[in-house]
Amino acid sequence: MNIVVLVKQVPDTWAERKLDATDKTLDRASVDVVMNEIDEYAVEEALRIQADQGGEVTIVSMAPDRGVETIRKALSMGADKAVHLSDPALHGSDAVQTSYALAKVLGTLEYDLVIAGSEATDSRMAIMTPLLAERLGQPQLSGARKVTVDGGTVRIERQTDNGYDVVEASTPAIVSVVEKINEPRYPSFKGIMAAKKKPLTTLTLADAGIEADRVGLASAPSQVVEFSNKPPRQAGQIVKDEGDGGVKVAEYLASQKLV
Amino acid sequence: MPAVLRSLPTPEAADLLELTRDLVDRELAPRVAAFEAAGEFPREVFRTLGKAGLLGLAYPEEQGGGGQPYEVYLQVLEELARGWSAVAVGVSVHTLSCFPVAQFGTPQQQERWLPDMLGGELLGAYCLSESHSGSDAAALSTRAVRDGDAYLVNGTKAWVTHGGHADFYNLMVRTGQAGPKGISCLLAAADTPGLQPLPPEKKMGMRSSPTASVLLEDARVPADRLLAAEGEGFTIAMSALDGGRLGIAACAVGVAQAALDVAVDYARERRQFGQVIADFQGLSFLLADMATQVEAARALYLSAARRRDAGQPYGPQASMAKLFCTDTAMRVTTDAVQVLGGYGYVEDFPAERFLREAKIMQIFEGTNQVQRLVIGRSLTRP
Ligand SMILES: Cc1cc2nc3c(=O)[nH]c(=O)nc-3n(C[C@H](O)[C@H](O)[C@H](O)COP(=O)(O)OP(=O)(O)OC[C@H]3O[C@@H](n4cnc5c(N)ncnc54)[C@H](O)[C@@H]3O)c2cc1C
Repeated sequence: MNIVVLVKQVPDTWAERKLDATDKTLDRASVDVVMNEIDEYAVEEALRIQADQGGEVTIVSMAPDRGVETIRKALSMGADKAVHLSDPALHGSDAVQTSYALAKVLGTLEYDLVIAGSEATDSRMAIMTPLLAERLGQPQLSGARKVTVDGGTVRIERQTDNGYDVVEASTPAIVSVVEKINEPRYPSFKGIMAAKKKPLTTLTLADAGIEADRVGLASAPSQVVEFSNKPPRQAGQIVKDEGDGGVKVAEYLASQKLV
Repeated sequence: MPAVLRSLPTPEAADLLELTRDLVDRELAPRVAAFEAAGEFPREVFRTLGKAGLLGLAYPEEQGGGGQPYEVYLQVLEELARGWSAVAVGVSVHTLSCFPVAQFGTPQQQERWLPDMLGGELLGAYCLSESHSGSDAAALSTRAVRDGDAYLVNGTKAWVTHGGHADFYNLMVRTGQAGPKGISCLLAAADTPGLQPLPPEKKMGMRSSPTASVLLEDARVPADRLLAAEGEGFTIAMSALDGGRLGIAACAVGVAQAALDVAVDYARERRQFGQVIADFQGLSFLLADMATQVEAARALYLSAARRRDAGQPYGPQASMAKLFCTDTAMRVTTDAVQVLGGYGYVEDFPAERFLREAKIMQIFEGTNQVQRLVIGRSLTRP
């Protein structure tokens, strides 16, 4: 069972995230970056399936050069090798273009499963796995809180609002996972040391057979036209309780259509 | 909390410290207050640290350790103590408990036990003190008598850190004459028949680190669990303590740093007389003195550690570090309570806990009087 895990480097969720004023893309340079949190669960799930079934776990990440830090973290958790798609021409690519580029990279690899986090904390579109499934013509199993693999069949429990659905497909398939699925391990000190020696292939557009005019900000199908900063937080409204505090709070909530 | 600026010898040491801070932020800091309040031992936290490779850092890779110099291992301990000093002390005691077999065990003994000890599967305890022999440890009276292929052990070891939770106990026992030369070291398993931990002590602080007496009633310890020869036990115990004292020194600096962090944060927020209290020179001088002492203490334990790493004698320097760092922790934590005023004296803030935690560090692994004794002897009877 060979598994590819898609890993994205994102700005630290706790940092103040900004758009770059010049080209309206995400400012990745001025903030701390981390592995997208749900991707840690994806790596963990791949490692668990591997422990059970053997095979190799390959990390795939499209990111600027700095993305190496995040890839190393995934390797230090225990993945075997990594492919890093990194090319200045990718800057500003939107989700549709990214799915094209990632599909090209996946096309260079042999796998039974692709596992990814269900969404990234920066864009929050939750659309990468469906786009990839469409491009690759492979089944998509999304929102998995449990994954079982049996021969050429992969079965998941898909988290729903009031329970779960059982969904099944034949491999190769693309699975996205939610946080309920497992508890990601910490890299061990030995894992960190070992990660430095694991194979990491860096691909440019040409290496992956990606056509330059189909990626990047200039040809992006979706464009950020305008943005403005979040308005500063308004001072709260203080309700003085003169015996009617409860009523006033209820009225306020009703006026805001919260109750 | 801002990261402490450290000079580390290798990039791998920097990675290790980053891993440690991650573990502190995500696994230690969220739990410490509740576990301390409940007096509960966080066995799971030690498993997590073991899996991450933090329970055997100072031992060679060939033995299953992390191959790190003391200079690095101690800074990891300091960071752990900054988040949860009872856990850091536990890691230090565990590391100390692995020393006898790692240093004095036969290859067979090492092969049999070390991988699980250093990997963190097995948690260790070190049993030297008894109720009537604390500072005068060589006066211990627990007896071990050879009986066929085992030793029959009778007596009570006191103050055993991890007592009741440890998987193995280094027992310093008397097999011969009175005094240090009649002492031997047995590496007893927790399930040794006749080895019975008593209920834990009720302590002033560090309540999530269990301390208990261990009763030995005709406890049968197989003779192949004797480390080195009979009569070598006291030498083993003392050489383990040299490293252990550096561990406590690092833990003390971690607590002092934590107290300083809390004091600085508080002083920058709290307003009196229309300004933040940090802007009163009288208070900022207090903070400046605290920070200076923490920095000096860190430098002193690192200096002793580098001697050890270079293979130089470091016993007196370890005692100096233990003495200075723990006295510093006592002063700095006391001052931190002062900075917080009344809020320093209540459990809503961690300052009072830091003060209670610092106190024990002046006592265990040799009281600070005993450290002075060691230092004094090294000067007058070199
Ligand atoms: C929380 C905790 C955990 C511990 N963990 C362990 C453990 O894991 N393993 C273990 O073996 N022990 C452990 N100990 C025991 C600890 O090491 C002893 O308490 C310590 O060595 C002091 O011994 P004592 O309490 O008998 O005090 P005493 O030796 O009776 O000392 C009483 C006072 O007399 C002073 N004094 C004694 N002799 C001299 C001297 N020659 N000159 C000047 N002053 C002197 C001491 O400094 C002290 O102030 C632990 C203790 C505690 C409280």
